Amino acid sequence: MSQGIFAKNPSVLVFLAILGLFTLGVTLMSEWAGSEIVSTSFVKTLGKTLCLALVAVAMDLVWGYAGILSLGHFAFFGLGGYMIGMWLMYERTRGIVAASLAEAPIPPTEAEVVSAIGNQIFGVVGSSEFPAIWTFADSLALQLLFVVLVPGLLAFVFGWLAFRSRVTGVYLSILTQAMTLALALYLFQNDSGLRGNNGLSGLQNLPGLDHVPQSSISIWFFWASAGALAIGYVFSAWIVSGKFGSVIRGIRDNESRVRFLGYPVETYKLFVFTVTAMIAGIAGALYYPQAGIINPAEIAPIASIYLAVWVAIGGRGRLYGAVIGAAFVSLVSSWFTGGQAPDVNLGFYTIKWVDWWLVLLGLSFVAVTLLAPKGIGGLVDLWTGRLPPDRHGADLGPDSGSLREAEAEQ
Amino acid sequence: MKSLLEVSGVSVSFDGFKAINNLSFAIGDAELRAIIGPNGAGKTTFMDIVTGKTRPDEGRVLWGEANTSLLGLSEARIAREGIGRKFQKPTVFEDQTVQENLLMALSNARGPLQVLFYRPTPEDLDRVHELAGEIGLVDALGRKSGELSHGQKQWLEIGMLLAQEPRLLLVDEPAAGMTPAEREHTTALLVEAAKSRAVVVIEHDMDFVRRLGCKVTVLHEGAVLAEGSLDHVTANRKVIDVYLGR
Repeated sequence: MSQGIFAKNPSVLVFLAILGLFTLGVTLMSEWAGSEIVSTSFVKTLGKTLCLALVAVAMDLVWGYAGILSLGHFAFFGLGGYMIGMWLMYERTRGIVAASLAEAPIPPTEAEVVSAIGNQIFGVVGSSEFPAIWTFADSLALQLLFVVLVPGLLAFVFGWLAFRSRVTGVYLSILTQAMTLALALYLFQNDSGLRGNNGLSGLQNLPGLDHVPQSSISIWFFWASAGALAIGYVFSAWIVSGKFGSVIRGIRDNESRVRFLGYPVETYKLFVFTVTAMIAGIAGALYYPQAGIINPAEIAPIASIYLAVWVAIGGRGRLYGAVIGAAFVSLVSSWFTGGQAPDVNLGFYTIKWVDWWLVLLGLSFVAVTLLAPKGIGGLVDLWTGRLPPDRHGADLGPDSGSLREAEAEQ
Repeated sequence: MKSLLEVSGVSVSFDGFKAINNLSFAIGDAELRAIIGPNGAGKTTFMDIVTGKTRPDEGRVLWGEANTSLLGLSEARIAREGIGRKFQKPTVFEDQTVQENLLMALSNARGPLQVLFYRPTPEDLDRVHELAGEIGLVDALGRKSGELSHGQKQWLEIGMLLAQEPRLLLVDEPAAGMTPAEREHTTALLVEAAKSRAVVVIEHDMDFVRRLGCKVTVLHEGAVLAEGSLDHVTANRKVIDVYLGR
């Protein structure tokens, strides 16, 4: 009876196969492979979409499985991006500064280099001093660690305070929104130490790899994003496949019953909240180098609401639903808002999709919630529903005299 | 006899209304007890206090050999101490199979990390099978518990309680909405359970209580009105006045 997660979730293998084929296909059609079919900028878009799918998987874990409607997971996503952005920007600026100072007659001291980097990075916010949070910006290993630790720590502290006070439901959602908003407003300030509303930029250029064309870098990040999504997906599937999954789904459906079974519900919620924040941080750290820039507007409250919309449209409570939702909605969104969708001329009014896309998205969100709560992922049920149900050999009818499954198939 | 649970002098009021008024109650190991009383007598509030859902304004709730005070412990902690509770309305996890429900209830480590790395052992699966046999749900192990009938859900919940291996079982109206045949099975389950642990049954239905054949505590307006065998309490003048006579 004890089965691996693949036996319990055949969808994991299907998902991995599709993701693998997709990655292979895009790779072969990319400029990196010498083809012209998929442009470098579209490879970046696809890579970013995979990162969004990963954060959607995290959102599904925390909302679809544990029932915590967090409207703050994009804050963790953004924090992950900031953490890797600090190193990227510091090291790249160091390269530029070192090159220009090398012309000087006297070789620059280390302190002069650092101060010149500070001038370059913080000149835009009228400062040249490195704030304390940049202390470790020269260490890739530490900043990579912070990608996981900083969102994890924020989620842990926030979750500990919120769950311990038994804040649930819509009140918790509002609190998480407040957290996101507070973080965004703080980062908008010039003296927050992260360049205020300028954010961190030039992240698409990897330090020391100036000679490598973007077509290569984009495909590397695309692979990394696909790999992260695959690992994150399998990890999430593993979490929800066993008894832990039973407990968190139990918490979603009837929190107090789980409590009376003796499970420390608050600890479980805190665990899921923190782990998903870390996954979100990793997704963000892969996303922003592909986007090239991160600024506080990225973690505005609306971003986290989008995340919930993706998961709802894709179908919550099933991991592939989250991936479908994030990929579908964000790609359709960039199609509509990128000016590629043809305008609809009604004679008296022309619908410009750039303006109307949000309305369409809002309407489809309401429609999905009301009419198809299972979302796009629910379509899979239509297909699997045609397969004979597994009754484990039990009677087909209510009485013990009725046909058994084996008899019915003869 | 040393009592397993001792509630003494407990009072609790909601917005000035005294739901429990200086209530004292004790139950020993391996004892079956029925609590009856009219609506609003404080039966469910009593359970809430013992399981930690409601904090009393005054009084003591002592548990076990060490006389641990249960006041101030969380619900989950009290459950781990060995007090299981069955709600009036059957509350099973309808989205999950009978087996998953029982596995979740099985008395194993409850911490998130232990649960994350937990994989059912053959003994655990045997125990689940055995429990399913007791509650007559062996054939339904792989079914979602939401598909079960009302009575089967009640049994599943009793099975989950037994899986927890509590020392004290608090059961709120187990026979509500059951057919006569299902009631008999439930009675048998409870009587069997009470051989090895303390069981407190809250019930409205006199016939059901009679079949349990145990000591009865009558609650009225948040306090104990009478205690003894069913025949003894039903002969009590006060009991007849407040409960049976009308």
